[in-house]
Amino acid sequence: MSDYHKKTIAELSALLQAGEVSSVELTQYFLDRIKSHDEKLNSFITVTDELALNAAKEADEKIKNGDAGPLTGVPIAHKDIFCTEGVRTSCGSKMLDNFISPYDATVVTKMKAAGVVMLGKTNMDEFAMGSSNETSYYGAVKNPWDTDTVPGGSSGGSASAVGARLAPAATGTDTGGSIRQPASMCGITGIKPTYGRVSRFGMIAFASSLDQAGPMAQSAEDCALLLNAMAGFDERDSTCIDKEVPDYTADLDKPLAGLRIGLPKEYFGEGLNAEVEKVIRGALGEYKKLGAELIDIELPNSGLSVPVYYVVAPAECSANLSRFDGVRYGYRCENPVDLMDLYTRSRGEGFGAEVKRRIMIGTYALSSGYYDAYYLKSQQLRHKISDDFKDAFEKVDVIMGPTAPDTAFKIGEKSDDPISMYLSDIYTIAVNLAGLPGMSVPAGFVNGMPVGLQITGNYFKESQLLNVAHQYQKNTDWHRAIPEDFS
Amino acid sequence: MSYDSNWEVVIGLEIHCQLATKSKIFSGSSTAYGAEPNTQANAVDLAMPGVLPVFNKEALRLAVKFGLAVDAEIGMRSVFDRKNYFYPDSPKAYQITQMDHPIVGVGHMDIELENGETKRIGITRAHLEEDAGKSMHGAYHGMTGIDLNRAGTPLIEIVSEPDMSSAKEAVAYMRKIHSLVRYIEISDGNMQEGSFRCDANVSVRPKGQKELGTRAELKNINSFRFVEKAINIEIERQIDVIEDGGKVVQETRLYDADKNETRSMRSKEEANDYRYFPDPDLLPVVIDEAYVEAIRKELPELPEQKKQRYIKEFDLSSYDADVITSSRELADYFETVNAKCGDAKLAANWVTGELAARLNKEEIEITDSKVDAEAYAGLLLRIKDNTISGKIAKDVFEAMWQGEGSADEVIESKGLKQITDSSAIEAMVDEVIANNTNQFEELKGGKDKMMGFFVGQVMKASGGKANPGQVNQIMRKRLDA
Repeated sequence: MSDYHKKTIAELSALLQAGEVSSVELTQYFLDRIKSHDEKLNSFITVTDELALNAAKEADEKIKNGDAGPLTGVPIAHKDIFCTEGVRTSCGSKMLDNFISPYDATVVTKMKAAGVVMLGKTNMDEFAMGSSNETSYYGAVKNPWDTDTVPGGSSGGSASAVGARLAPAATGTDTGGSIRQPASMCGITGIKPTYGRVSRFGMIAFASSLDQAGPMAQSAEDCALLLNAMAGFDERDSTCIDKEVPDYTADLDKPLAGLRIGLPKEYFGEGLNAEVEKVIRGALGEYKKLGAELIDIELPNSGLSVPVYYVVAPAECSANLSRFDGVRYGYRCENPVDLMDLYTRSRGEGFGAEVKRRIMIGTYALSSGYYDAYYLKSQQLRHKISDDFKDAFEKVDVIMGPTAPDTAFKIGEKSDDPISMYLSDIYTIAVNLAGLPGMSVPAGFVNGMPVGLQITGNYFKESQLLNVAHQYQKNTDWHRAIPEDFS
Repeated sequence: MSYDSNWEVVIGLEIHCQLATKSKIFSGSSTAYGAEPNTQANAVDLAMPGVLPVFNKEALRLAVKFGLAVDAEIGMRSVFDRKNYFYPDSPKAYQITQMDHPIVGVGHMDIELENGETKRIGITRAHLEEDAGKSMHGAYHGMTGIDLNRAGTPLIEIVSEPDMSSAKEAVAYMRKIHSLVRYIEISDGNMQEGSFRCDANVSVRPKGQKELGTRAELKNINSFRFVEKAINIEIERQIDVIEDGGKVVQETRLYDADKNETRSMRSKEEANDYRYFPDPDLLPVVIDEAYVEAIRKELPELPEQKKQRYIKEFDLSSYDADVITSSRELADYFETVNAKCGDAKLAANWVTGELAARLNKEEIEITDSKVDAEAYAGLLLRIKDNTISGKIAKDVFEAMWQGEGSADEVIESKGLKQITDSSAIEAMVDEVIANNTNQFEELKGGKDKMMGFFVGQVMKASGGKANPGQVNQIMRKRLDA
């Protein structure tokens, strides 16, 4: 049997088009891999065998009829934050364990339209709140590079599944680093597009002004193919921007000579693991060889991003999660005696500890008498953080640094220390606050654990990011590394 | 009102007016009234996971139209906020409304006082928001039913300054706003269906005191009559509390129309902290001058403009002009009558008099009048050309109301044509005099009051048909003879 799991989407697509493999075969291949390997990882919450094989059959028809696009028949997984019609959409929470969505998220609809086959729904931190995928109601997800460690979060299931090649690619969402940080920890490539580039409709909201969906895959080229299908205006999302979607594969092969890469001194300071820094410096050396120029820059307010984020995101989530009240759908407590009891027990029993912590932080920050000091102040600082980037992009084309200060940590290591957990997103959060596009690209290993290089671009410069990442991947093979247990 | 004049009353109103859009303010569901429960609630209205609001631009247009009609500042950049509170008929557990940047800013509305003076009531603001659903208690054995058809219905909440000093003024203001929103066609104003309702903030203070008394908020009153009653009963209650040495507490109260009393719903201490913040799902609504001007062009002649025109053009009294312009339909009716009968004063008298009384009695709107404007003008024409007297005209009107035909048909079939033949009237006068010789002597002796008696008797003898002017004339002639 061919090693389909060692192939990128671009490669699988070519095989499908050439008729060398059918979508049904490919889909069955990955369903089998999930069956035999996911016990070790817990990366899936729901596997949709039957739906997948049916969709694969349809895709094969299309290929036969010559109606196929580059993604037709390619199996992928969706993060369980995306509503999928007729399929449980749990968001990693007991609250939605019984929720069968009556509609598809726009991202899911677009993927379907592109002929993509859904293998199932991946595990995640509860309501996307977490950096280690330990807050899921369905249990922690393990990192395929070392199953004693976390895969990162919140898109930990997607990262782990792609890292172990149980799926060629998966969707993710990124509110403060939830695509990039787990991509970094699991050795895969992920892109968080510009805020407004991909529709949020049907994507269960955590923090509305920060949430953005994107692909998680083996390569920048695969991310480009997937983003082609995901991006675009959606009239059902008022924050989605009506701007033409370029072909993200078009610029992949542009040479990088003359590219100006900004290195924020704040991303190379205290708190960064020295070995991780070495890996990143190595990657930067590679870029230099490709003709890029390295320029030292400053993002003076970047130190504020974690505190600002932990006011803004909880504030928004405190309202976003109010709809989970046990009244219309989702978890409802047994035998409520009155309305207050129904609310307090349904929510008390339905939400996990981290979700409750953030709802309480957010509720506090918005309370009368505290609003100005917390929420309003944070919004002002958010502007300052954005302005830092604006200034930086006057001087450079892209910004690079480590995606996370360290490699994957041990399961349980930071569970009792939320602050230390929050700091693992210290390099990614500012990008969400500014609404910019960002990527994480595998750049090497420290003690056998993957390290991700973060590349941040200016608004709507996804094509450039993907080009910059692709050129690196053409000259390196970190992104082709597969954990031994899953090879 | 019977409270003594040592007290001063301060009232402000918050009017919730449903905007006449076909679909909801943030979803595509229909806003039509009366559908089976929850048949007009889609995933967005149900606040399913992952759904997002999309602003209905028609609601924006209607709100701006209102702002222009009350001469208000228009918010060129307005912002939607989330108002957080848990209740089963509020599916998201927050209401989308506008807090710091409403679509309509400071404006005003003039009301007519009973003494004929005009008073200007300030409008603080008007903002766009979504309505909640409906909780149905009782029918479900210890449970509550929720109907979300109404959830997401577009409203503007019109907030007044505390400029009203009696229940009557409050009602006058509310009527004016009601009339206006129907004039400019931004709302059907249907109060039974909840399209137009208000909260009243009421406080009292000893006359001359500068600072305001503590206010109570009367919630969700949906008729003019109840507004007046609720406010009056609340004023009495507050005065009683203070006169008994107590203190009015700031609270929300509910008016119970059956018992004609207000009772406490929740006090300030129990009040929610709504934790308003800008809704990150919706962008600020930015409009430009061209947009506003295009809407200004859509505005019809406003009630106040119409009223001034009637006073000037038709020489109507301020009171008559006010009554006639109180609804666009009534004004249209008047204009049709006037155009056909060519006598504005006569038209005004009869529209505000006989017709208005009849509509009032039957509790129907002008649009449901059984006598249309054309037919009514036909009646007035017969008064004008002396075919019938005003008194007979009332009988003809009654017959017309009962569907007995046009004025001319009724006059013809009932033989109500006025008698103007002098010889016929003279004969009747002479007969009355002959039958009342004593009274005639008294009249001659200078008892002028008897004149009325004789005219009355002649009119009676003629079955009301004699021309009263001619009767008078002939009587004078007989007296002088």
